[in-house]
Amino acid sequence: MKLAGFFGGALLLCATSVVAGEGKLIATAGLNQLEGAGGGGIVPWATLSGYDSRDEMSVSAFATRVNLDDYRLHVVGGSLSLYDRVELSVVRHTFDLTTLGGDIAQNVYGAKVRLYGDVIYSDWPQLSAGVQHKVLQDTGIARALGADSDRGTDYYLAATKVHLGAAAGYNLVWNLTARGTNANQLGLLGFGQQQDDGLDIMLEGSLGVLFSRHLAAGVEYRQKPDNLGLGEDNWWDVFVTYIPSKHFNVTLAWAELGSIAGAADQNGLYLSVGGQLW
Amino acid sequence: MVTKQFARAIAVICAIVTLVACASTTESLYQQIGGEQTIEEITENFVYEIEYDPVILEYFAGSDIERFKQKLSEQLCMVTNGPCEYTGDSMSQVHGGMNITESHFNRTVDLLINAMNKAGVSHRHQNRILAELAPMRKDMLYK
Repeated sequence: MKLAGFFGGALLLCATSVVAGEGKLIATAGLNQLEGAGGGGIVPWATLSGYDSRDEMSVSAFATRVNLDDYRLHVVGGSLSLYDRVELSVVRHTFDLTTLGGDIAQNVYGAKVRLYGDVIYSDWPQLSAGVQHKVLQDTGIARALGADSDRGTDYYLAATKVHLGAAAGYNLVWNLTARGTNANQLGLLGFGQQQDDGLDIMLEGSLGVLFSRHLAAGVEYRQKPDNLGLGEDNWWDVFVTYIPSKHFNVTLAWAELGSIAGAADQNGLYLSVGGQLW
Repeated sequence: MVTKQFARAIAVICAIVTLVACASTTESLYQQIGGEQTIEEITENFVYEIEYDPVILEYFAGSDIERFKQKLSEQLCMVTNGPCEYTGDSMSQVHGGMNITESHFNRTVDLLINAMNKAGVSHRHQNRILAELAPMRKDMLYK
């Protein structure tokens, strides 16, 4: 219902403008990460989703699935980017407990503001700040594991830069993000712990090479807190993205997500499809 | 453990980049792309691309196309370290009063990429040319 309202609002906003997003070079808009923000696969970047320039807006949608040994994460979401300045996003997580049975759902509402720069053209990296407000829908497991709350907000600051031709003639992209968070496994296992509900500062990073205007590959890393004492591990992945047009991209990654809720070595394939609708 | 694997992945990427870098020679970018002939081809193709783009063509209303080709060739030759001197006006003089938007700028970059593709310039050489031209953008937008 909230999702429908968001997209209705987005379409209404779009109807008042005649210019859709066409204003960035292909493959420089990035993707939507797991929590909906414009970014890589698991890390939010300073770039906004979509190809809007400062005179345009864009709407993007995506769906992602991560198949792990004992779990399966489904993500569907969309984002609205306004004048290459503000990005609003919403996603729905469904986390299937394929070994134990049952699932956990969560909604994430995100907002990001570009503070400085252009990822390609400015001397310094593009800089953005964002929030991700997460509302857990199924709270039983989080409570049982000792989480403090069923909702939480992450705050992040991200710096991203494309260096044209810097990797032996190939374009190089890097991103560094600092995130304040108390989410346990994205929030799927709740927020904080009964004795400790404060935010921890976590570092996240991405490094990629654009092998053509349509093909990129790289690695990502995401530090995570271990509030519940279950040995929550840092995440990393290696990815390949194919971007045949501004309206379609597909990403295949190998994700190593470590221990999740006591089940060790959760690794698997990450598949995401997305693109700019408008 | 995980950090170690991540470091290994980065090391592999760095190794690939270094290997590719070693394959390149000390020739100037101008020589690598094929010199004067290729630059003339890029310029011809670029003008052709602009002629078929109604949005960008408007910016060229009333301009001297032969002069544009000549000055653009000089500029491409110079930024690729070829044996030329750019003798035209500064970028801010040329683009002053045009009020070029960010999206029209990027559209024109797309046309230049098409022109380089048709002239047979490799992706890696294209990126290096774009890297040389990129700093000029700030003198061209919204002037």
